[in-house]
Amino acid sequence: MATMGKKSLRSDLGRVRGLGSAKDGTHHWWGQRVTAIALVPLTIWFVASIVGLAGAPLAALKAWVASPVVAVLLLALVVAVFQHARLGLQVVIEDYVHDEAVKIASLLAMNGAALLLGGIAALSILKLAFGG
Amino acid sequence: MAAETKESGKIHARPLSPHLQIYRPQITSVLSITHRMTGVALAVGTLLLVWWLAAAALGEAAYARVGAFIDSPIGLLLLFGWSLALFYHLGNGIRHLFWDAGRGFDLPTAEKSGYAVIAFALAATLVAWVVGLAVLGGR
Repeated sequence: MATMGKKSLRSDLGRVRGLGSAKDGTHHWWGQRVTAIALVPLTIWFVASIVGLAGAPLAALKAWVASPVVAVLLLALVVAVFQHARLGLQVVIEDYVHDEAVKIASLLAMNGAALLLGGIAALSILKLAFGG
Repeated sequence: MAAETKESGKIHARPLSPHLQIYRPQITSVLSITHRMTGVALAVGTLLLVWWLAAAALGEAAYARVGAFIDSPIGLLLLFGWSLALFYHLGNGIRHLFWDAGRGFDLPTAEKSGYAVIAFALAATLVAWVVGLAVLGGR
């Protein structure tokens, strides 16, 4: 960063791409922030709704999710939650797991779990929305 | 930074990076690690969210089972812990977003906003549970 003059070892193409040594640039950082911003209103809406549904029978929950607006907001919440959790847990694993093999295995397991759990949640929302 | 030896031969102490065993905990550092811990706890907590959604999609019997778990002492304790973790992570996350925008990063403001986040988390959790229990009692 400091030596961007003649002494920089970075190639012109590398500098233009701006992706750095990790080949990812600020993509991870942005993804964490974009999902965080999305989750502020989505979380407040979800918690307020769930508090209102405390102890509700299944029929009441189904009637709530039957609204297209509710179903889409729930899907958006699930996507944002699991993407945000995936990016956050990735950093935690990279910070504390130092054995390369264990680190890669942990990252694969965590990403797989996030994908599967998000998939189950999304399909459940769709099934409830379509009156299954 | 390393210790520095002067001409007199005396070793002068220089600032060290925070070794957790000897470094005095401060509101800023404690809230920082709490943000990470609540984040991990909330990720684990998605298991209950997914179980609840899947059970609702599966039908009455499965929905009754997840309801019975949430009503149990363990279930209520987990739900209470997760609600507190969620409101803390939400409040402190907003604090982080302000820092990302370059605002409130000076120490006095960061300490004040830290206490504000704690107050918000406690108050929001209290309100959510009081309202939730009132809704439950009204059924």
